[in-house]
Parts: sequence; C-alpha cells; structure tokens
Amino acid sequence: MLTIGLFLAISFLVSLAGLTALIWAVSTDQFSFGQKQARIIFIEGEEGHLDDPTAGSGSRDLERASIDRTTAWPVSLFLGAAVVWLVIGSFFGLIASLKLHLPDWLDENAVLTFGRMRTLHLTMVIYGWLSLGGIGTATWITPRIFHSPLRSPRFATWGAIIWNAGLIAGCVAIATGWTDGEEWLEIPWQIDGLLALGGGLAVVPVLRTAFGRSVDHIYVSGWYFLAALCWFPALFIIANIPGLFVGAEQATVNWWFAHNVLGLWLTPLGLGAAYYFIPKIIGKPVYSYSLSLIGFWALALFYSQVGIHHLIGGPVPTWVVTLSVVQSVMMVVPVLAVAINQHVVVASNLWAFRASLPLRFISLGAMMYTLASVEGSLEALRSINTVTHFTQFTIAHAHLGAYGFASFILFGSIYYMMPRITGRAWPWPGLITVHFWSVLAGFAVYFVALTIGGLLQGEAMLDAGRPFAQSVILLKPYLEARSIGGAVMTLGHILLAVNVAGILARSAADARKGETA
Amino acid sequence: MNRALPLVILAMAILAFATMLLVVVPRAQIGSEPPAAGLRAYSPEELRGRAQYMSLGCVYCHSQQPRTPDQAPDGERGWGRPSVAADYAYDSPHLMGTMRTGPDLLNVGARLPSTAWHLTHLYRPRAIAPWSIMPSYPFLFEIKDHAAPGDTVVWLPREQRVAGKVVVARPEAMALVAYLLSLDRTYPAPASAIRDDGYSRVGGKP
Repeated sequence: MLTIGLFLAISFLVSLAGLTALIWAVSTDQFSFGQKQARIIFIEGEEGHLDDPTAGSGSRDLERASIDRTTAWPVSLFLGAAVVWLVIGSFFGLIASLKLHLPDWLDENAVLTFGRMRTLHLTMVIYGWLSLGGIGTATWITPRIFHSPLRSPRFATWGAIIWNAGLIAGCVAIATGWTDGEEWLEIPWQIDGLLALGGGLAVVPVLRTAFGRSVDHIYVSGWYFLAALCWFPALFIIANIPGLFVGAEQATVNWWFAHNVLGLWLTPLGLGAAYYFIPKIIGKPVYSYSLSLIGFWALALFYSQVGIHHLIGGPVPTWVVTLSVVQSVMMVVPVLAVAINQHVVVASNLWAFRASLPLRFISLGAMMYTLASVEGSLEALRSINTVTHFTQFTIAHAHLGAYGFASFILFGSIYYMMPRITGRAWPWPGLITVHFWSVLAGFAVYFVALTIGGLLQGEAMLDAGRPFAQSVILLKPYLEARSIGGAVMTLGHILLAVNVAGILARSAADARKGETA
Repeated sequence: MNRALPLVILAMAILAFATMLLVVVPRAQIGSEPPAAGLRAYSPEELRGRAQYMSLGCVYCHSQQPRTPDQAPDGERGWGRPSVAADYAYDSPHLMGTMRTGPDLLNVGARLPSTAWHLTHLYRPRAIAPWSIMPSYPFLFEIKDHAAPGDTVVWLPREQRVAGKVVVARPEAMALVAYLLSLDRTYPAPASAIRDDGYSRVGGKP
C-alpha cells in the first residue's frame, strides 16, 4: 500500500510542480515571446491574406521557394508512400470489417483470416500512412519555420526507403503468421531494426536543420516535431527489445508503448502540422501564443503516463492503473490550451473555413482531437471504463483519434503541400470536394454505429442475466453499418490517391520537358 | 523556448520519468512475485498451440483477464476468478487482449475441457453456436476419404457431413486445442496477489 500512495503522490506532485513552474514562467514573461513570435510563419505582406494552393491563392516568395526545393524530393517520397499505404491499409480494414459479420467469407486460407487482416490494417495505417505522412509533413514544415534549407536531405530519402522496406517485410511476416504477438508490436523484432534505422535516419535532417537555423525562435510546431522525432525511436526500441519482460510486466510495457504511439508520436505530429497550417492558411496568428507553451509541456507530462488505462481491472498493480487514470483526466489541460489556440482563430475567420478545403480538413481534424481527447479522459474513468472496456466503443474511440484527428489533418496537409512541392495545381480539384464529403459522411456512420453498438455490447456483457450470445447478436447491425461507413471512407482515399498520382505524374512530365528543352 | 537542445533533453527526461513509473517500477514489483502455486509451465505441444493462437490473431477477439465480481459478472459467466499477475508468470508474450468480441479464455480449459468440442468449434463454429461470428479455420483440418491410424476425426452434425469423406485434425489444430485446454487458472489465487483493486468494496455496502 505504501507504493501506491508514494508513487501516485510523487508523480502527481512532479506533474503539478512542472505545470506551476510553466504558468509562472509564462506569466512573468520568462520566455519573452508572444504574438510577435507567432508571426514567424509569415513573410512580409502575407498576413491577412488567405493562402490556399488548391484555390490558387497565396504568395510565392523566392527564399521560401528555395527552401521548398530542398525538401521536395524526400517529402514527395514520404507522402507518396503514405498514400499508397493508406489505400492498401483501407482495403484490409474493410475486409476485416466485413469478416466480422460475414464470418464464412474468405476462410480457406490462414493468410485471409480475420486476425491477420485486422493486424495488417493497423500496421499499414499506423506505421505506413500516419507515420510516414507525419514524418513527411514535419520534414516539410521544419525548414519553413526555421527559414533555412533542409540539411542532409539524403538522410531523409534513405530513411524513407529503409522504413518502407522494413514495413513491407513486416507486413509479409504478419500475413504469413510470423508475429511478436503483442498489439501494436506485431512486426517481428528481427525486422523492427529496419524501421528503427529508417526512423533514425529520417530524424537527422530535421535535427540538423533545427541546430543550424537562421532564426532565433523555434515556432510551436517545431517543439512538437523535435520532441516527437526524438520520443518515437526511444519508445520503439525499448518496447521491441526481446526477452526483457514476461507476463503481466509485458502488458504494462505493451500499453505504455501503444498509447505513447498516439500520445507522443501521432498527436505531436498532427498538432504540429495544425499549428502551422491553420494560421498560415487563414493569414492570422494563433489566438494566444503563450498558451501553446502550456499545451505542449502539459501534453508531454500527462500523455506519457496514460497508457495503463488499457489495463483497468486487470492483473497489474492498482497504483499504476490509478496513476494512468489520473493523468488521463489531467489531459484536459493541454487539450483545452490547444483548443483555445486553434479553434478561436478558425471561429473568428469562418469565411476561410468555407473558402479553403485544406483548412476544412485540418480544422475539423483539430476539433476531432478535442473531442477524442475529452472522450478519452472520460473513458479512462473506472465507472465508464467498466462499460466500454473490451467493446467496439474502444474501436470507435481509436478511430476518432487516429482517423478523425490525425488522418484529417494529414489529408489537409497533403492538399496544401503537394502543389507547393511540385509547383503544379491539383489536376482534379473537384475530387478534393468529393473526398472531403465522402470521408466525413463515411466516418460519421462509422463512429456513430460503433459508439452506440459498443455501449449496448458493454451493457449486455455487464448484465449477468443475459447470455454472452446476446452481446454478439445485438452488435451485428452496427458492424454492418461500420462496413458501409468504412467502404465510403475507402472511396475517398482512392480519390486522394488518384489526385496525388496525377500531380506527381504531371510534375515528372514537366521535369522531363525541362531536360529536353 | 528558443533553444533546441534543452527542449530535446527536457522532453526525453519527461519520457524517462514516465517510463520509470509505467515500466521499471511495475516490472520490479511484479517480477518480485513468484509464479502462482498451482501454475505450471506450458508443455512443448501447448507452446506450439500458443504460437498458433498468436499467429491466427485469436487475441484480437478474446481477452485472458477475468475481472472481479465487484466490477463485472465475469465469474458468473464461468470465466474464472479475477486473475492476478502471478497467473501469467510463464506467458511470453502476454496475451491478455483488449476485446471481448468472443468470451474471455483464461480458464477455457476448465470451462470446456473436451478436445472433440474444440475441434468441431474451430472447424465450424456455427455448427455449435449459430449466432457465433468467429472465423472458421478449415485450413487447420484435412478432408480425407478414410481416417488413417492415429488421425483424430472431427465430429460434425449430420447435415454438415460430406458423404464418403471425413474431416481430420492437422497437427496445428491438435496443438491449438492442447493450448486451449491448458488454460486453467482455477487454483486459488496467491495471498499476496497483485491486481487492480480499484473496484473492491472494502467494508462498504455493495
């Protein structure tokens, strides 16, 4: 019992002390920055004007164009690969979803069984789509906010190639039944080295650019990117060292890692992108730049400790579960800080929200971050977790974070970045609108169906008077609705891929013409 | 915040702090517990079955962590007493799971101790439970004209049999069932049990 109180008290006090120190530092102007530094993303004369390459607006500046040239090749590689993984990963997700209500479909071969389809889906969308897309976005934005060209871009290119090679090998391993067996860590550790190496190489250019930058201030997106790119390799390597943990210990490592993939990897990558693109597109700085400091450090302190809420009611020490529950609730602090900063600037410029599709994707993504986080804080409460644990509610929640938040922001970022990278307009701008509405409608069906279905499933399982079969039978229509939603989402992803392939093909044709001329 | 190095150092220090609390200290606490008395290590055949369980992804629909009666009726469903850390001493990797699309399996060997039942259920889950959404695993079985000596024939309801043929379990199916039958933590929990007691109602009204 001593340990419970002691560790809870230590952790809580440290977190609180950190937060107090931050508030003090901000209120006494220790960091001496404010709205002036928030404007570092703009160049002369840019502020106050909409900057949306899909609508053909925004200024072209020589310095920035030369910076963008240094990132063009590696970032195209990251984003192109990400979109390919998204499309393939979506098909595996759709097959897995269909199999849950058509269990006798495609059952002749072990490769096609539900357990492998579902795992291939998760591995491809997390380590392919979101990770590669996130690294690509960070690699593109970092030199822009530092007003400095990307250093050692070759490292990024090699990083992308090795990461993709590792991921392909990992997916083949999972499909053939070779797995490490833990959720989010299925890729065999013998292959994980490739991803660690690829990730490590990809970090080098961003770090070198940060250390060699030509402006004094690090814009808020840079904090998130620098931290995330250092956190993830550490997490990934520690969690994949074989033979270090067994049994219940391993469960805590598993969920420390898996939730940190969301909290310390996908979230900072997504928030960093939102902190850059939202004010950049609108042409106005974020609402309160000082507040973003609290948002960042509180995220680091609290989010890093929430993972064990996945083991509530499980065979691990009470104190570590309670610690994660407490920190999950504390997450309200950084979430509100980010929400105030990002939503207020959008809400006071609704004209831009209507005018710009990239902004619509990114701003909706930021809103779904707020929703996902608040839902997550509530879901971590023991009383609510008793109902939602082990049910489809959790799947809906995970998609609100990884899809509603991270993927929406990445969609918008790609639509903004690709025309700037290639110097060309989107070949089929109409498809962007169709993409937007199909993923929005598809995801709404997906989320609502699984949330309701999951709650009913959880309620049925808690009622000893109802046989377990009832929790399965009542779920079926909701699983079918999820498949419909997922199919519409997949359609949107195909439209994105068509547009990306089109813009890359046109820019490649331009390059060839340039050579022959 | 205008310097990259302090930022990175502080960010990594925060991660190290979280790792200490979530990984290092729990490992020391759980690792100091001996395996539960009554728990035995898996046999080589059971371990082969466990590898099948992992490779087919059973963990994505079946948890292995019954909860306390104070929280949920897991015990009344026959899933066993609340599990404790010492019950998993030989589990590497752990397979606790996070979904109950199907029932909890930590004590399925005690609840459903029949090899024949499991073989039929793996071959054709809906022959046993028409409402089930579990995948069938025909690739763990072989359809033959005649069973050879040593073959285990799978029982099927009359209307699902193929005339003149028998369904025989492959070694993978036999190993998987051996693993499922080994899942039995019905011995009493050790007195110093480690588990999340956040729901226990000590001395209070239920």
